[in-house]
This record gives sequence, C-alpha cells and structure tokens, in this order.
Amino acid sequence: MIKASIVGLGKMGLSHCSILNAHPEVDLVSVCDSSSFLLDVFNKYGKQKTYSDYKKMILETNPDCIVVSTPTKFHAEMVLYALDKGINVFCEKPLSIKLGDSIKMVDIAEKKGLVTHVGYHNRFVGTFIEMKRLIEKGIIGELHHFNGSSHGPVVLKEKGSSWRSDSSEGGGCLFDYASHVLNLIHFILDKPVNARGTLLKNIFSHKVEDSVYSSIILANGLSGQLAVNWSDETYRKMTISIEIEGKKGKMVADATELKIYLKEPDSTENLVKGWNIKYITDLTPLVNFNLRGEEFSSQIDYFIDSVKGNRVENLASFKEALVTDTIIDVLNNDK
Amino acid sequence: MTNNIVKMDKIIFGDNQFFAVNHLSDEKSRAQAIRFKENSAIIEVLNQARELGVNTFMCTTYDRIGDICNYMRDNPKEFGEFNIFPCMPYAHKYANAVTDLGILGALKAYMPGNALSVATKGGMAFLQKDYTAMMELLVDSEMKMFKGIKTPVIFLQNVLVDLIIGLGMQEVFLAFAKYVKKRYDAQPGFITMNMCKMVDICEEIGIENPIICASINKIGFRVSGSVEDYENYLTNPDKKFRPIAMQVLAAGALKPKEAIEYIGKFSKIESVLFGASSKGHIQENIKLIEANVLGASFK
Repeated sequence: MIKASIVGLGKMGLSHCSILNAHPEVDLVSVCDSSSFLLDVFNKYGKQKTYSDYKKMILETNPDCIVVSTPTKFHAEMVLYALDKGINVFCEKPLSIKLGDSIKMVDIAEKKGLVTHVGYHNRFVGTFIEMKRLIEKGIIGELHHFNGSSHGPVVLKEKGSSWRSDSSEGGGCLFDYASHVLNLIHFILDKPVNARGTLLKNIFSHKVEDSVYSSIILANGLSGQLAVNWSDETYRKMTISIEIEGKKGKMVADATELKIYLKEPDSTENLVKGWNIKYITDLTPLVNFNLRGEEFSSQIDYFIDSVKGNRVENLASFKEALVTDTIIDVLNNDK
Repeated sequence: MTNNIVKMDKIIFGDNQFFAVNHLSDEKSRAQAIRFKENSAIIEVLNQARELGVNTFMCTTYDRIGDICNYMRDNPKEFGEFNIFPCMPYAHKYANAVTDLGILGALKAYMPGNALSVATKGGMAFLQKDYTAMMELLVDSEMKMFKGIKTPVIFLQNVLVDLIIGLGMQEVFLAFAKYVKKRYDAQPGFITMNMCKMVDICEEIGIENPIICASINKIGFRVSGSVEDYENYLTNPDKKFRPIAMQVLAAGALKPKEAIEYIGKFSKIESVLFGASSKGHIQENIKLIEANVLGASFK
C-alpha cells in the first residue's frame, strides 16, 4: 500500500481525496486544510487524521506521497518542504506563481530522485492523446498553424474575492484556464517558447485578466493562436478545443470528439477522404472508480504507478509543467 | 431502511437534451442550447412525450425547471398526475461558485437564510457545523420549485454520490434517505458512475433495495470496473437493487435497437432513462423499451 496525504481541500483537493481514497493500492492517511469547517466533516464522517499544519501532518503521518492542491501561491513552500522530507509530490496546476520557484522545485525533485506530477488532467483525455498520436504519425502532413482555445463560465459578474481573483495568489484566467491550453499544446505539438501581441483583458475582474489572446511560437518553429476566456456564459462548463492545420488536412479535438479532415484517405488508420470523427467513447479506457470523468482517475492511477515504480521521468512531471510556467511568464511580460 | 414502495414507470424521460448536455459532442450541445433557448420549446417536447405515454420526467434542478414546474401546475388536467424525479444538486452551479467564492463562500451563497446569523436555521446550522441540518436546508432550497408536483423519487446527482463513495462518508447517504422520506414522503435515488460500489455501500449501511441510476451499455461507456462486473450485479439475485439504466445509447455511439435489446437481457432493470428532442425519436425509444424491457409494469 502507498501511504498518501493531501493538503488543500478545495474543489480539486476533495476530488483527489475521493479518488485516492477509492484506490485499492492507496491508504489515504491524512488531510490538511486551513478550514476547521471542512476538517470537521472529515473528523465526523471520514477515517483520515486531520491537520491544519501541513508540516506537522508530514512529520506525524510520514506519507509516501502527498497531493498539494492549495491556492497556487502556497505551492512552492509546501512542495519544497515535502521534497526535502523525501516525499513524492502531486501538485495541482500551475506549478507556482514565480518562475524562479518552479525551477527550484524541478531541480530539487531531480536531485532527490523523487516522483513528481502536476494535475494537467487533459493529458489523460482520450481525444487529445489520439490527436497527439496522429500528429506524430504525420497524418495531416506538414503543419502550418494551430488554434488553442478554452471558454467557460467562471467569472460572470463584477464581484468575487477568492484567491482566484488575485494574480499575486495565482488567480486569473492566464494561470487558471490558459495554463491548460498551453500545457496541451506542448503535449500534442511542442514546447511553446515565445509569444507576440499578447492581450490580457479585464471583463469583470479588477485585479486579474478574464481573457487571454496571443500568438504563440513553438520550439519547432510552428506558430498559432491562443484564445481563452473564463467569462463566457455561453459555455455550460470549461471547454477546451485544439485545432491543428496541416498541408494534408486538419484536426479538431475537444474532450468529447476528435474530428479529422483528410485530403486523401489513409488506409493505415482506416480514415476516409474528408471528415472522420472519433468519439471519446472509443478512446477512453475503463477506470476502477469514476468521479466526474475518467481522466481524473487515470491521472491519479498514473501518479500512483509512478510512485510504485519510481518513474521519475513521466509525462506529467514537474519538468513538463515547468514549460507551461515558463510560457505563462513570457505571456505576462509580453502584455 | 426499506425502499420498495414506489412503483416506477418503465420509461423515464430525461432532460439532458434540453440543457445543452451532450456527452459526445460540444457542437451538438450548442445546437441544443439554441433550439431550447425558450422554455416553450421544452414544454412542447414534454407534451409530445406525455401524449405518447410518458408519465415521468427526471431532471436536474436547473433554475429553468422552475418555469417548467409553473407550467405543469397551471395545467393540472395534463400534468396533475405527472411525476418529476428531481436530481440534485445542479453541480456546475456549485462548482463554478466554488471556483469563484471558495467552498465556504459557495455554501454561504446557496444556504437559505443568512449563513452568518444565528437568527436563521441556516445560520445556526452553519455556526454549529451541523452538517445534516445544512444538507437538509440545501435539499429544501432545491425542492422549492417542485411544490405541488408529485416527486416520488428524489435523486442525488452522480458528482456528489461518487464524491461521497470515494471519500467513504456513507452516512451522508443514510441521512439524505431519511430526510427525503420524512420531509417529502419520497424514496431516495442515487445516480452514480460506480454502480457496483454503490450497491454494496447501500447494503452495508442498510438502505434496502435502493433505486440506483447508472450507465448501462454493452460498450462500457461511463461504466467503472468492467462491463462484466455490471452484468454480474444485474443478474445476481443476491444483489438487491432497483436499477434505472441511463446512457443506454452510450451518448449515441450505439444504435437504439441493439442498445435497448441489451438492456432487455436484464430482468432486474426496472426503468430506462432516455432523452430525445423529436416526436419520432421519442416514439422509437418508447416502442423499443416497451418491446424489450420487462420493467415495473410487468412486476
């Protein structure tokens, strides 16, 4: 059994908590949060030890791994402490709010040989994984453009006073929403390294941006556009779409389907000329426990497998996530 | 706690198509949002379904359902005997509020009364950390719109059910079951993506023969564990529960005929939940369900 702890019982924290606790190879021993209101729920109904001090929790319960799902501004301090104690870390995205801290986290994890993971769960969504595979196979030929977008209804009024409405705490659409798209672009295409003409717009928020638009340049020279808006109520929930254009066709993926347009048929992939649609139903492996989507379980399963096998180099490691933090920094300086 | 009083219709009409929920295509979901932007469009389809023999509508507690309820109350001749199975909470409403306001902020925003004042039931529950009382108040606030309408089964949504299953906080299910029975004279229902686990949990905590609504289809869409596990629970006489099959078409990946024939293999399945936006589709589904599923009317 892998002993696990969790610090930060917000929306993602509770979700991770539930998935970890349901994992047959995990013993979730302790939880930590600043809210006594939430801890008392665990005291009353749960089996875990509860703490309001994460250091005390780590020292007393000595877990093999810890999930850090606190507001982003606390990530660096908590992650560095856990790494120092030799604990494998799953950290929510983005890695940190200061690039310098993220670099430090990557360095120390590497030196200590610990397993790390950042919660970019879209890397575990079947449609995006399939898109990556087909792009790498060159199915739409030489690429010339991409569009990465995300929309959702988070901030719809001029109010709000949580950490997400303060950029110094890691709030804002760039950290919260755009990070997912940038991370996916890296996963599917290549590292985003530069940005031009970045627009960070306030719609309802005063201290943070509600939408992000920019031209993104990748390490391999490919360029494309980013368009992200978390104040769009025409979407029922967060929706991400990646569109990639090539000389031989085009692909469009979201979390529900992958559409492939080919100028010529491809018999090796059983794809016809014109539009082909692959549905998430055909691209999703079964999970043992499902809480609001297979990808959340898949990423925890992957992390636990990494811990078991000491898989330091993995597809969701801090090193991978650092690329996203780096391009966020570029966008912030380009505005 | 026994749970076999309410007779459920074999055919239960769902609401996803009205509220832009399409698990297979975001594009289709936008088209649906446009088609059903007026409540009258929803009511028209509901009336068509009713005329074709549907007598139960299972719906999430969206704000717009309030208007549908108003219409039903205003037309007792047509809808006086009609059932609604409410499903709560509407998770995205809370999830978006949590992102914006934090968990405590969201609770305060949706708790009836003033969460910070001891003068209200909500305030007292909040300050005394009386979680059962808070759950009861939230149920009441979601149930308000259904006043005067028959709601024989009240469901907890899968996001909440599955969260609680994972957290291992089963007692919450029992508290919910007791409350909806006491306050609304209703049976508790549970929607879940983890059918087998939920069946076992209900047995463990003493909710007998629970109504469980889960994805059941032969390709394993939104099924956890394995299709074999599900089939085993659906055929094993020792596993006592009242299944409502949903996602039987696997979000459209299966053809209705083969999908419903598969459901028909399991005599334990009492009801099939389906949604459709056109008279033709509703008719086709009803015909297939009537022909293949044994359901409550034959028990």
